[in-house]
Amino acid sequence: MSLTGIYPVPLKRDEALELVRQMLRIRRFEEACAELYGAGKIRGFLHLYIGEEAVAAGALTVLQPEDAIVATYREHGHALVRGIAARAVMAEMYGKVTGCCRGRGGSMHLFDAATRFFGGNAIVGGGLPLAVGLALADHLQGIARVTACFFGEGAVAEGAFHESMNLAALWRLPVLFCCENNGYAMGTALERSESQTDLCAKAASYRIAALPVDGMDVVAVRHATQAAAAEVRAGAGPRFLEYRTYRFRAHSMFDPDLYRPKEEVEEWKKRGPLHTFTDRLKAQQLFAEADFERLEAEVAAEIKSAIEFAEASAWEPVEDLTRDVVAAEAAS
Amino acid sequence: MSEKLSYREAMREALRSALRRDPRVFLMGEDVGRYGGSYAVSLGLLEEFGAERIRDAPLSELGFVGAGIGAALGGLRPIVEIMTVNFSLLALDQLVNTAAALRHMTGGQLHVPLVVRMATGAGRQLAAQHSHSLEGWYAHVPGLRVLAPATVADARGMLWPALEDPDPVLIFEHAQLYNVEEPASSAVGDVDIRRAHVRRAGRDLTLIAYGGMLPRTLAAAGQLAAEGIDAEVVDLRVLRPLDATTVLESVRRTHRAVIVDEEWRSGSFAAEVSARIMEQAFYDLDAPVARVCAAEVPVPYAKHLEDAALPQLPAIVAAARSVLGARPA
Repeated sequence: MSLTGIYPVPLKRDEALELVRQMLRIRRFEEACAELYGAGKIRGFLHLYIGEEAVAAGALTVLQPEDAIVATYREHGHALVRGIAARAVMAEMYGKVTGCCRGRGGSMHLFDAATRFFGGNAIVGGGLPLAVGLALADHLQGIARVTACFFGEGAVAEGAFHESMNLAALWRLPVLFCCENNGYAMGTALERSESQTDLCAKAASYRIAALPVDGMDVVAVRHATQAAAAEVRAGAGPRFLEYRTYRFRAHSMFDPDLYRPKEEVEEWKKRGPLHTFTDRLKAQQLFAEADFERLEAEVAAEIKSAIEFAEASAWEPVEDLTRDVVAAEAAS
Repeated sequence: MSEKLSYREAMREALRSALRRDPRVFLMGEDVGRYGGSYAVSLGLLEEFGAERIRDAPLSELGFVGAGIGAALGGLRPIVEIMTVNFSLLALDQLVNTAAALRHMTGGQLHVPLVVRMATGAGRQLAAQHSHSLEGWYAHVPGLRVLAPATVADARGMLWPALEDPDPVLIFEHAQLYNVEEPASSAVGDVDIRRAHVRRAGRDLTLIAYGGMLPRTLAAAGQLAAEGIDAEVVDLRVLRPLDATTVLESVRRTHRAVIVDEEWRSGSFAAEVSARIMEQAFYDLDAPVARVCAAEVPVPYAKHLEDAALPQLPAIVAAARSVLGARPA
């Protein structure tokens, strides 16, 4: 693990630019969400990923379209990088019928069958058994693909985590466990909730190969994920990655953020995934300020269009309230 | 002499037939394989279908029920066995928050073709952690289908339609029924898992039951017949979606209803059935709806206490006489 980042960046210019673009999309999209929340356009719980963008951007860009993704309620970034259109995500946040779940899920429950994006799971740890099952289906059908399951470090306290780790290891299932350790389960620091704070040791206790990764370094995330996913795809059984990251914003829009020192937040911001990466790229002459301006403009246009789409979209008719509880012919 | 088939064998045959018919079907649960199932339902299936499809799972109800949901999303048709309804509480999160919610919450994009089987009910002196009847809790939840086969024919004929249902189906097998036998010839073909079934036609009152309470309710009807009371017996057999039509049609004919339910009275499934009758057939009633439910105690171990806690035949007969305005015998 390298805290200073892999240097020089071993990527082609277009690969590197794509990572910048994806991180920027998440950052700007969520900044817009925060504003729209303030304006009352988005309601419910809204959990921002700002600060953690390197994980979704680095990991999801190396997974394959046929792979399955299971994520948490802090999943806007994963949804965007996975390829759910920003307009469908934004419309979902607005609660509009054009949202990726017809406005029924909201921020915490983004799903998309077409990109095999299985949530958006708002029960902590709830996605892990699901991922085990998706991988079991692949195993039984002889399909070589990966189920990547994202969850926070808070989930390791849940029984679902331990049951899922055991099942995946016992049955050698193709699950890539992607633990996003941002240090705090809502307001509870890892060391205040776990007797064993070495998360990789927990995975190793199930005989799952585990690796900590600098989650602020998109290149480190990309490389670790690529390697682990390749092993999983090849039939080596599950792998566990612990992405060490940090959220710059509060847990949700209701969180006064009283449980961590401001200095700690500022220290982590110095390692912000966007600027540290672009600084390295600039030092290698792979990236110029003009590139950044161009990407900013592209992303701004995408988000503006997404907001316009959400604003202009209709609400699901109330008459459809009970639609899709069960299959139509089974409804009573 | 006609050949007999037990409820247990009927369920096993249903499993065997489904496993043969559809390669996507597999059975997963605690001790379903090498042990043969805690109630011996899956005995012998491991030898025929192998360990991949008759999959022993660790003691991880939350984990393997969730894995069943994931496998259903991944294109398979899992049958998950949970030893008893009491243990299903460990998997309640996955059943309620995920399996039942996904179709609606995803705007119809995803659905969960999962079948979960579990034993339910008391009567074997297993006390308060293996004996409860909680199917009514599950019947509360939109997105689930809840079945309670009470006969050998239903045990044989409900599984395949349940597997064909694109949404999650829970099958509650009352543990007292596993040894019940019927002529094998009665267990043929699929059962309509949308409809209740009138098990005994009668004119004077309607006895409504499901699952483990059906045999003694039919016995009560037999005893009442000897007294000249002609009871109709409706087997609900589908708790969700409830086939209120069959219940209401019967009650409108007989004008009296007694609901027999092994659940605790407060918040029981019988309460829901009673409310439906009040809402939709109130003016057809000649007497208040009566309920015979379990005593509101955790099911005790000692035989005399367990018996006292459960709806017994004399209580059903007494309730029937009571709604007919007769004095208790």
